[in-house]
Amino acid sequence: MNTAEIKRVYLFGTCLVDVFHPRAGMAAVRLLEREGLFVDFPPEQTCCGQPPYNSGYDEQARDVARQVVERFSDPIPVIVPSGSCAGMLRHHYPSLLADDPLADAARGLATRTYELHEFLNRVLKIRLEDKGEPTKIVMHTSCSARREMGIREDGLALLGQLKNVEVCEPENAEACCGFGGTFAVKMSDISAAMAADKCEAIEATGADQLLSSDCGCLMNIDGMLRKQARDLDAEHLAEFLWQRTGGDAL
Amino acid sequence: MSGFSTHPDHDFDVRVHDALGNEELRESFHGAMHFLRDKRRSQFPDLDALEALRDRGAAIRDRALARLPDLLEQLEKNCLRNGIQVHWADTAEEANTLITDLVRSIDGKRIVKGKSMATEEIGLNTAFEAAGFTCLESDMGEYIVQQAKETPSHIIMPAIHRNKASIARQFHEQIPETPYTEDVDELIGTGRRVLRRAFAEADVGISGVNFAVAETGTLCLVENEGNGRMSTTVPEMHIAVMGIEKVIERLADLPDLLRLLTRSATGQAITTYFNLISGPRKDNEIDGPRQVHLVLLDNGRSRIYADRQLRETLRCIRCGACMNHCPVYERLGGHAYGTVYPGPIGQVVMPQLFGLDRAGKLTQACSLNGACGEACPVRIPLPDLIRRLRHEGVTHEAGSPVKGHGRQRKAGEALIWKAWSLIHRTPWLYSLTTRFATRGRRLLPPLPQAWTRHRAPLEPAEQSFREMMARRGDSPGDQQ
Repeated sequence: MNTAEIKRVYLFGTCLVDVFHPRAGMAAVRLLEREGLFVDFPPEQTCCGQPPYNSGYDEQARDVARQVVERFSDPIPVIVPSGSCAGMLRHHYPSLLADDPLADAARGLATRTYELHEFLNRVLKIRLEDKGEPTKIVMHTSCSARREMGIREDGLALLGQLKNVEVCEPENAEACCGFGGTFAVKMSDISAAMAADKCEAIEATGADQLLSSDCGCLMNIDGMLRKQARDLDAEHLAEFLWQRTGGDAL
Repeated sequence: MSGFSTHPDHDFDVRVHDALGNEELRESFHGAMHFLRDKRRSQFPDLDALEALRDRGAAIRDRALARLPDLLEQLEKNCLRNGIQVHWADTAEEANTLITDLVRSIDGKRIVKGKSMATEEIGLNTAFEAAGFTCLESDMGEYIVQQAKETPSHIIMPAIHRNKASIARQFHEQIPETPYTEDVDELIGTGRRVLRRAFAEADVGISGVNFAVAETGTLCLVENEGNGRMSTTVPEMHIAVMGIEKVIERLADLPDLLRLLTRSATGQAITTYFNLISGPRKDNEIDGPRQVHLVLLDNGRSRIYADRQLRETLRCIRCGACMNHCPVYERLGGHAYGTVYPGPIGQVVMPQLFGLDRAGKLTQACSLNGACGEACPVRIPLPDLIRRLRHEGVTHEAGSPVKGHGRQRKAGEALIWKAWSLIHRTPWLYSLTTRFATRGRRLLPPLPQAWTRHRAPLEPAEQSFREMMARRGDSPGDQQ
């Protein structure tokens, strides 16, 4: 897609952003608007269908996926502030809806779906100017962003533009934090063992703050950090980028 | 069928709990898996070359599977021409009967066995015991595990869960005239002394097969200790047992597959021994077995083969890389799974072999993080297959190819997803729900203990994102 031709984009808010991290959604909107884009937020959107899909309930996932395909039907980019939800649209909708009347539309949607930071870095190639005080952050890249979407570099590249921000990754950065949607509840002890190791590695970096662009991981890691009364804030990457570059309060 | 526990789902939670609570085991696996991952990484310094090699490996396996029935016939024909006798076994029981009959046919009693997962899968040792034979595992790891009356905890490194102190104790107690020592070389020397005697006395040697080449009728065996070579050459009779999927088209396919196998498994460029077995001792030869038999084992593989997506399971070359990279396996070790094949490939293979009613729960022990799929040298899409099997576990659709389909379905869970779906495709209902979750967050029912036992409760925001956006829409001045 030619960047100059993009005037309007859709924002797919995701259900976790909607309920738990609305300011991350708001930051995504503001970052895109600042680049001169009109952000279309279809008000009737809900969720991408990943929770039932990953649990094997394809029919229920399909019912929800159809609505997403229909509500984001204009041929413009769909921006998702979450690696796993973007991965759902891009990599799983085509097979989930392969035998559906919407199969073509689902394949089309897949080709114009972007994770927010991937879009900012690769398509818009945005330039960021750091207006904050020196700080050290630790970046957690979700497994979906890292493996399914292959966009680990994008988040790091955007952070790399901020001159006062020291970025580190935890030891065994590629290890899963243990969230995995319903896995965190169904196999809660295994999940907790994974999260505990992740928290330890994150804290060992000595960073002031934890960032991630996936709310699932944030909820999981932050939930454990807070339970263990560890002193480390967790924030969505979009929010951090917006604030560091002089954005107004969200 | 043996395959260890006949109902791996039973007590899975208990085994998980025990594994997570076992500090020593956690440490051993953590260390070993990281060591193996680092070793593998160092063997593939050029990532583009690795990806190209994986493409070739996957293509070789796919090409072979696409012609599987033909290739098996060709393999049989060429083996027979080479003097290898070929047998077909549909089930584990059939294979065990066939093999014990072969041992009886030469009045054999003493058996040595090289490392073979196929024989673990069919429970051959138990069948031998029942027949009154003694069968000694000759791979050092397998030997340790067998002596301790345990099962392997990894498909490449069967005794990886054990440390040298416990092995020192075991050898001291169980092998006569063995002083206690933690010196690894001495321990290996002790094992070797026992095994050498067994090789010399054995009537029959059993082995697995890493690849069988259809065009030449050649059986390939990869190993590091020489026990495979001893087991297949010293005794009078050699019986090789292989899953039918292990056939490949031609010798030229071998180098790429071997490169992938040894580097992915143990991070070795090549193993110490690489055996190409093409037949029994010939008239003018002074050593080698008088008889070589090949047992082609189906044991549910045809059923896997029949489904186009699930067929990808059969690409597996049994390197164990998926285990070494799996965060769940790293924390549980192999025994928790209760199956011959643990870890990601086990979670895909075992429910298909056993049926979803007996092993379907294993598919839940996965966060779908994708590490296994990324590691698999032949690009088996393991996360996709695990998800597919979760679907098969809860669907009652007719025509599902997987045994025991629908048997993991729980009425309560199905109802939750139905309600979930209704809420998420009915915008006003979704709106109402999120409004309740945010505004009424103090009134929310407590989260499942599964979450809050280890984590602080979730706190919905005061206002949802959609509400923020809606409010914004009312005052366009907000927008730039």
